[in-house]
Amino acid sequence: MQEVITRPRKSSLKLPWAWQLTIGYLTIMLLLPVSAMVLKASTTQPADFWRIAVSPIALSTYDVTFTTALIAASVDGLFGTLIAWVLVRCEFPLKRVVDASIDLPFALPTAVAGLTLATVYGDKGWLGGLLALLGIKVAFTRLGVGVAMVFISLPFVVRTVQPVLEELEVDVEEAAWCLGATPWQTYTKVILPRLFPAILTGVALGFSRAVGEYGSTAIIASNTPFQDLIAPVLIFQRLEQYDYVGATVIGSVLLGISLLILLVINLLQSWSRKYD
Amino acid sequence: MTNHKPGTGQYDWILITIAIAFLSLIFYIPAINVFYQAFKGGVGPFLNNLGRPDFLYAVRLTVSLAAIAVPLNVVFGLCAAWAVTRRRFRGRALLLSIIDLPFSISPVVAGMMLILLYGRQGWFGDWLQRHGLNVIFAFPGMAMATIFVSMPFIAREIIPVLEECGKEQEEAAKTLGASSWQTFWLVTFPNIRWALLYGVILTNARAMGEFGAVSVVSGNVANETQSLPLFVEETYKQYETEAAYSAAVVLAILAMVTLVLKAFLERRTQAK
Repeated sequence: MQEVITRPRKSSLKLPWAWQLTIGYLTIMLLLPVSAMVLKASTTQPADFWRIAVSPIALSTYDVTFTTALIAASVDGLFGTLIAWVLVRCEFPLKRVVDASIDLPFALPTAVAGLTLATVYGDKGWLGGLLALLGIKVAFTRLGVGVAMVFISLPFVVRTVQPVLEELEVDVEEAAWCLGATPWQTYTKVILPRLFPAILTGVALGFSRAVGEYGSTAIIASNTPFQDLIAPVLIFQRLEQYDYVGATVIGSVLLGISLLILLVINLLQSWSRKYD
Repeated sequence: MTNHKPGTGQYDWILITIAIAFLSLIFYIPAINVFYQAFKGGVGPFLNNLGRPDFLYAVRLTVSLAAIAVPLNVVFGLCAAWAVTRRRFRGRALLLSIIDLPFSISPVVAGMMLILLYGRQGWFGDWLQRHGLNVIFAFPGMAMATIFVSMPFIAREIIPVLEECGKEQEEAAKTLGASSWQTFWLVTFPNIRWALLYGVILTNARAMGEFGAVSVVSGNVANETQSLPLFVEETYKQYETEAAYSAAVVLAILAMVTLVLKAFLERRTQAK
């Protein structure tokens, strides 16, 4: 504020205008809703809060949501890194199309993703039918939730690892090769340590997105309590029953964990900046 | 056998095969399935579904939501990016995190926050009721949910560009007597237009495709508060799979246009 006053007149006229709009918009559209929830959560009796937060149904949704999201994000960590590698280091036909397609989950509405994944991985679907022969049921189970989470989190890993890989100089690898390192040694001792912070950041971002996801996961799941009911669906159900305290408590737990992940991501990014 | 020299790739084809196989399982086969399911009964039933009044209503609603959310978020995104990049101040990192916050909030939680504010028992519930205004289970609530989830995209795209081009040009323009608007349109805007367009495309895709947040506050009544993604879910749940896939194709085409424009803009900005 002080800086504003000391500025010459001309720019001080413009600055408050853009600032006022930014602050006003953020307050109405974002901060007000967030504080409504924080206040609702803080006016709930601590005993009630705890009772709802650790009720068996809530605990089971955390388990389904967080464990499945962690597995899905790790699967993406592996395959996303491989895809980023292929996109940066290999040449193949239609590479540009494949590269553009990575952002599909950002562009395709999640309801459509859930719909088509539920069909393809359903008992009679193209892939679900094959898996059913092996006795594996995907759609309307926890595995289906996992498949939807793998779908929506993949671009986070690829798009975080890709630029780091692009900046990685080939000469370091060539030096390793000249010194007699095998490809495996080069990979594990030279490349992987440099990529690791980016991979972890990508996995954390993907995990965070998967935890909050509602559209695709709710459509592909049967939403059976204690089986494949995820936390966002439980919040939705509580709201439908006008149980705003219940919804707020579970929502606060979800938000708290999301913010924790955000903090971890920021720490990871400052860690990876050490390599710059 | 000699060592494999990096960058030449003798096992590349194995990696490429694994990558494409994985992408096929997760992306390509499901994407092809959308079109297959919509057209497997022929073009006739597909067109019939597109003529349904509730479908047409859903399309209009989705377009209206985007028509409100995108321009408002453009204005906000420009102002926020300007504010963050043109002055150094304490709490700058905090403001950046706040702008990004909607991405860390589950859409369902975002919708819930709006209910706690504007719902019957919410902060403004009494006041709204006395004035006969409906926000929740009505268009304004859906618009606010859409704005909430698509808020950060534009600021996020513009901030790095504004940071990189610096403020020297703008200061020069000002010294030469340009007004604030002239400076913006003639100096700043040409620098950020591609980033802005990129942000607009992402905002639009999210606004038109948002399901969770909108679903919580909409009540999902056909011909009233049912947007296109909600129409997809509802018809699927009612075993009207064909109708669901017909609407899904429309959204999938939107997604493909988004991806093509995105790739085009990325090449354009990288070429510079």
